[in-house]
Amino acid sequence: MRRAEIVTAVLMAALSIYFMWKSAELPIGWIPNEGPGGGAFSFWLSVAMLGCCVLTMINWVRRTTPPSQSTEPFMDGFARNKFVLVGGGVTVMIGLVQVIGMYGAIPLFLLYYIRFLGRHSWLVSLAISLGAPVAVFFFFDVALRIVLPKGYLEPLFYPLYDIFL
Amino acid sequence: MEIIQHLLDGFLIALTPLNLAVVVVGVVVGLFIGAMPGLGSVNGVAILLPMTFLVPPTSAIIFLAALYYGAMYGGAISSIMLGIPGASTAVATTFDGRPMALKGEADKALVGAALASFFGGTLSILLFTGFAPPLASIALDFGDPEIFALMLLAFATFVGLSGDDIPKTIFSICIGLVFSAVGLDIMSGEPRLVFFDVIGFMHGINFLVLAIGIYGIGEMLWTIEITRGESAMSKAVFSLRRILGVLKELLGTWKVATTGSLLGFFVGILPAAGATPGSLMAYGVAKMTSKNPANFGKGEIAGVVAPEAANNAASTGAMLPMLTLGIPGSPTTAILLGGMVIWGMVPGPTLFVDETKFVWGLIASLYVANVFAVLINIFFIPVFLWMLKMPFTILAPVIFVLSLVGGFAPTQSMHDVWLMLAFGIGGYLMRKLDYPMAPAVLAIVLGPIAEPALRQSLLISNGDVSVFVTRPIAGPITIIALVLLFLPLLKLIYDKVKNRKAGGAA
Repeated sequence: MRRAEIVTAVLMAALSIYFMWKSAELPIGWIPNEGPGGGAFSFWLSVAMLGCCVLTMINWVRRTTPPSQSTEPFMDGFARNKFVLVGGGVTVMIGLVQVIGMYGAIPLFLLYYIRFLGRHSWLVSLAISLGAPVAVFFFFDVALRIVLPKGYLEPLFYPLYDIFL
Repeated sequence: MEIIQHLLDGFLIALTPLNLAVVVVGVVVGLFIGAMPGLGSVNGVAILLPMTFLVPPTSAIIFLAALYYGAMYGGAISSIMLGIPGASTAVATTFDGRPMALKGEADKALVGAALASFFGGTLSILLFTGFAPPLASIALDFGDPEIFALMLLAFATFVGLSGDDIPKTIFSICIGLVFSAVGLDIMSGEPRLVFFDVIGFMHGINFLVLAIGIYGIGEMLWTIEITRGESAMSKAVFSLRRILGVLKELLGTWKVATTGSLLGFFVGILPAAGATPGSLMAYGVAKMTSKNPANFGKGEIAGVVAPEAANNAASTGAMLPMLTLGIPGSPTTAILLGGMVIWGMVPGPTLFVDETKFVWGLIASLYVANVFAVLINIFFIPVFLWMLKMPFTILAPVIFVLSLVGGFAPTQSMHDVWLMLAFGIGGYLMRKLDYPMAPAVLAIVLGPIAEPALRQSLLISNGDVSVFVTRPIAGPITIIALVLLFLPLLKLIYDKVKNRKAGGAA
């Protein structure tokens, strides 16, 4: 936990400096008759962010906050395992949306999670994995007219478009 | 009298078939979301906001407000039956609700919680109806310095009152404001903060991307880690005779319910406080003023009534500044406010003038939602108990899928979906290190209002910051905000001096 605290503080300090540098692409000073420049607001906020990170580091050195005193691991085996399996699953799902679209990625993710992580029966797993995309299709593509990405599966939807849209 | 006329007009809007249907669905969904551990009103409102594009804006916000309400009722169900708060707002309900369930008085606790919620809700809506119009008419005269001073006050409450790590709270506020500044500079029209020159940042960061990331994906990852083991559900026996018996006992708790509601309402108005501390405070006061405080924590009905009245009252209290001043009183109302902007409304006091129908329709629908929430809650308790058995390994993936489509729908760009994932994972990891998340969500919603207000004020005053302290309304607000901001520092110095004195004496 202690190491995670300082690593985060350093990373966030770096991010603040990047934000400052990025804000400074626009004027950050006073422009006569126009008021503060376009980058001023975000620039000074980034300075404040950096200040907060420095304070967090000082607290870390002095061991005054709970995370800087904690000797527990930031993530134990259980947490890391779940984080990789679940967070990884979600990441892969979003990546797959780019390739096989929402209607390819969603059932695969649900099947992976419910059947393999949740160890539910095939019946339950398949019912939800196949039912959810149908509900999503009618809600978004049909009712809201928000066409969700289909990726390479797009041609399969042409007949559905003809019927419902 | 004018208020009553407006309210009657409001009821005509709230009681149209569509809005009535929307209230019922909202309350049911809210009850369910509130009852599921790991999901609270804020998660429900964030994840489901994109789904409300289906209905007109007024109905959409009525739906979300009903959901907010329902979630406050629902939180008690899992607090009592599982001993796990269904939402953080129901933490205080576990203290006595769980022992009651273990004693075989689950039905008593559930009915008590529902009726207390109804009482708190109703009392606070009455207060709301009385307070909102005068507050809005005062706020109509507010200029840019006043608006900015109010924003400063909203953020200062997080620093002075939330009790979180202070540098991390300020960090959270600032990063939310910086994210809100991404995109085009509204005044010069120039692109700014286009991180790594990725084109996707040109259209800015939609607040929903951050809200769904944190409250959808981040919250699920968090809950998966926290709820490791299985939870044991208590048994509940129901009969009409037992419920009637409960009613008699509840009549004796009206004083506790009233103080709880008042406390909840006024604490709920503060952006950093809200329903969770409001209900904890109500519990504390109920215990302090009770004749037999020793019974608290062992299954005392007053210990369930007080926090439940308070958390419902707080949810109404949080709407007061949102509707009248354009400053949300809680993360959930921040998301509602962001939704109002999407639907083309201008939040703030002008709502009461420009969108009279919308405002009074919403207020009237709160009365309606409250009635439906208590009826549905009591009569469908067995259904909710059955739903609580739904394993988290089914709920979680469904929430992830809803977050995915919900993150895509508002802007229809995959860039935003990836950003949402980054916010979700980043938010989860930083939450483990005590970085508070609510200030960032509030900041990204308020940023687009705060920045122009600040820049216009400085332009009027020619760069003189004293404009925030010398104007008659902005002045006191700014001073209170500054006091709150420096409160932790003053406390630190006070403690140091006291310690030194104590050290010197010894």
